[in-house]
Amino acid sequence: MNSISIKELDLKYQDAHVLKQLNLDIKKGEFLVLLGSSGCGKSTLLNCIAGLLDITAGQIWINERNVTWEEPKDRGIGMVFQSYALYPQMTVEKNLSFGLKVKGMAKDEIRERVDRAAKILQIEPLLDRKPSELSGGQRQRVAIGRALVRDVEVFLFDEPLSNLDAKLRADLRVEIKRLHQKLKNTMVYVTHDQVEALTLADRIAIMKDGEIQQLSSPADIYHKPCNLFVAQFIGSPSMNLLEGRIVGENFVYHDYRVNLMGYEFINQGDHDTSAYLGIRPEHLALEPRDGYVKLASVSIDIIEPMGDETIVWFDFMGRKWSVKVHGDHQLRWDEEVDIYLDPKKAHLFSKQSEVRL
Amino acid sequence: MEQIQLTGPHGPKPKKTTVSRLGVYAFLFSAAVFFCIPLYVMLITSLKGMPEIRLGELFSLPGDPSFAAWVKAWGEACSGVECNGIQTGFWNSVKITIPSVAISIILGSINGYALSFWRFKGSNLLFGLLLFGAFVPFQVVIFPLIIFLREVGLYGSLTGIILIHTIFGMPIMTLLFRNYFSSLPDELFKAARVDGANFWQIFFQIMMPLSIPVTVVAVILQTTGIWNDYLLGLIFAGRENLPMTVQLNNIVATTFGVREYNVNMAATILTALVPLAIYLLSGKYFVRGIAAGAVKG
Amino acid sequence: MEETMVTSAKVSKPRRTKRVQISSLLASAPMAIVAIGVFVVCVGYSVVLSFTKSRLFPNFNWVGLDQYERLWGTSRWIVSVENLFLYGVLFIALCLVSGFFMAVFLDQKVRFESGFRTLFLYPYAMSLVVTGLVWQWMMEPSLGLQNVVQRMGWESFEFAPLVDPQYAIYGVLIAAVWQSSGLVMALMLAGLRGIDGEIWKAARVDGIPTWKTYFFIVLPMMRPVMITSVVLLAVGVVRVYDLIVAQTGGGPGMSTEMPAKFVIDHITARGNVGLGMAAATMMLLPVLLVIGPWIYREYVRPTKH
Repeated sequence: MNSISIKELDLKYQDAHVLKQLNLDIKKGEFLVLLGSSGCGKSTLLNCIAGLLDITAGQIWINERNVTWEEPKDRGIGMVFQSYALYPQMTVEKNLSFGLKVKGMAKDEIRERVDRAAKILQIEPLLDRKPSELSGGQRQRVAIGRALVRDVEVFLFDEPLSNLDAKLRADLRVEIKRLHQKLKNTMVYVTHDQVEALTLADRIAIMKDGEIQQLSSPADIYHKPCNLFVAQFIGSPSMNLLEGRIVGENFVYHDYRVNLMGYEFINQGDHDTSAYLGIRPEHLALEPRDGYVKLASVSIDIIEPMGDETIVWFDFMGRKWSVKVHGDHQLRWDEEVDIYLDPKKAHLFSKQSEVRL
Repeated sequence: MEQIQLTGPHGPKPKKTTVSRLGVYAFLFSAAVFFCIPLYVMLITSLKGMPEIRLGELFSLPGDPSFAAWVKAWGEACSGVECNGIQTGFWNSVKITIPSVAISIILGSINGYALSFWRFKGSNLLFGLLLFGAFVPFQVVIFPLIIFLREVGLYGSLTGIILIHTIFGMPIMTLLFRNYFSSLPDELFKAARVDGANFWQIFFQIMMPLSIPVTVVAVILQTTGIWNDYLLGLIFAGRENLPMTVQLNNIVATTFGVREYNVNMAATILTALVPLAIYLLSGKYFVRGIAAGAVKG
Repeated sequence: MEETMVTSAKVSKPRRTKRVQISSLLASAPMAIVAIGVFVVCVGYSVVLSFTKSRLFPNFNWVGLDQYERLWGTSRWIVSVENLFLYGVLFIALCLVSGFFMAVFLDQKVRFESGFRTLFLYPYAMSLVVTGLVWQWMMEPSLGLQNVVQRMGWESFEFAPLVDPQYAIYGVLIAAVWQSSGLVMALMLAGLRGIDGEIWKAARVDGIPTWKTYFFIVLPMMRPVMITSVVLLAVGVVRVYDLIVAQTGGGPGMSTEMPAKFVIDHITARGNVGLGMAAATMMLLPVLLVIGPWIYREYVRPTKH
């Protein structure tokens, strides 16, 4: 059963076409992440689902009800914002109960719901404090609590961790995941952070220019990106690229050829197609391995030790390439090394349409 | 000798008081004197008797300070044919200022709120027009307003002058509140909508409690502005409700024989007292108020 | 089934938006009434009257541009405009320069800073009527400043501008600068405090002398503050009325007459509304030309939501 259904949603501001003919079905209990760089329309889409923006055309269904023109409060959603958006003049308890009071709920029930949410989020000792007396992490918990007390089916998160420092972000990420496992609500989560997306999501929708590029599980997004944009967007450092042609079973660039034995084609292009070959830094090696083929000999440009692993940069065919190696690899700048590649882990994209081959 | 110099730092250690430092203080003190003189002269003149004033010692302290001139200015000084002092003007100004300040702030805050969060078609244009009103010379609209108020029977009445002050206060009040509300995170407003609060609930329960600082600025701005107004009071208030500034000018302009400079100065101080007190008590808020007009939020 | 539902959504009216708009329109009603009723209709009415023969009361005997011809043939109006330019340019320049220097000197981590600040700004809290009357008394020829200095031994000292038509406008100018320069000081000081402290560190590391840093780095960064100051001062210049009435009454002769006073005198005591409105329209023109495009650019055009 679908918890949220978006049907041919269109949004225009004056000349700008912000969301284009968007279709999206989110299953009950699913954790869906909308991922994209700023200006791609992900937050706009979330605001449309919440009813905070009026759409131009299309429909939004939540829990089998057409809520396209309903007020946010009637849609059965709770929302958590990036800036927390706690009411500064109210205590934590008042913040949590404000929406229920506006609704005219009985005092006892408000009490009960606030207590329950406070317990789940472990913010009971903070109930009498004002937002200004809380740390960033505590504020974000209260913001989540405000969605929790509404006892709704759907939670919407608008970049909820972006204002926190790295350590706290990692902690709260785990907590949100735990919360989802416990409550089993539908959660729609907007972020520009791919680590958050990959760790939290059941499915990720990658957006660009108001359109969904790929909607798949994190593993598929990472290992089978459907086009060049997704391939380049996910992964750090970015996927290495090489321009060339596919000739038979070989990828040919310059005077060299890479044998593509083991690559699973999904779109069989012509047998003489211009294409990009993509390979993630961790699928390259500096020493021969089983199934790997030698690509080239290069000299090391930059070495970035990161502790457990080291990123080695070099110039290859006019592009910056990187390879991830184990942290205890001893390397020198300007050293000549051989690069090996695993053809089974390579990605091929049509040069013309940029879709996966 | 040589060696000590080599190991020490190059150049002399900076001195604590330098010539430029003295220059700074000299400038500031002379500026302070320039700004103080009028207040000082006003004060000592009002405490002198007329014979002492006629000696022409503008800056000398009064030999026998007395508040007689103040008493006269407050209760007996003549403006035109009436000799009730400036007190009538004081109370008129109170009656004009309080409601005008209150009404213009209430309307300005609601306008500003609607403009920042509930845009509707044409709201930008309306706001642009209103803003234009903040810069338009009064002279361009005064005459039609006289006609209008005469038509509805409010010309020369307390209600009339309050209405006029509300109208002329609206652009700046709206701008002040709009800029303040725009500085609040948009998400606060979205959160309240998700919580189900409606237009007025968000205004009264979320926004109003947050706007206390800007309201203080607004009160200061409007109170000093309306209290200090001369032109509008002169034209619209009517003879019964002339504000303090108008009456002050009338008192000074009314001369039977000798000009009583001490009484004039006492009346002047009395008129300046209210805004001066507000200024001294409000500190930072006053500065924020004067900048509010033209600074974009 | 699915298909038809989707297409029906495209035509269905957004009810919610309507409901929201009613409250918002209601709340904006006073603003709308004032914006249109006063700042459009009244301004328009004034302009219309400037093409009529209205005397004490408005009438609609059209005379075309006659009133404007008369206006520019009236020596009092011409003197008023000349006075306004002289006064306006000097007033704004003096306020900016003195305000800037006061702010810079106050920014030197001086002692009693808040005391100085309070002293420099207090005149701005006082009404122009009060300002005019105080300075009128200070500039009194026989009992004021001139007298004191002369009695101190400087016999030839002259400082009684208000009785001399050639200098009266400068007497008004002194009072006005006294009243308003604190405003510029306050704005500039706030601007200086708002400048990133690292600019100062960078300038120091580069070895740029303090005064050069102020003039060539900080001053250009204060452009928005300067604009704000000029706008606020300019609005005050065009409106100058109270100060003139209190300090000089426009005299001696016509030496301190101003356009604002010209308009008020003609629609009240002189009962010549047509001419007064022509003058008012002339006052409106520069405001429209300068402020109009600015408001349009800053506030009307952008719809960022």
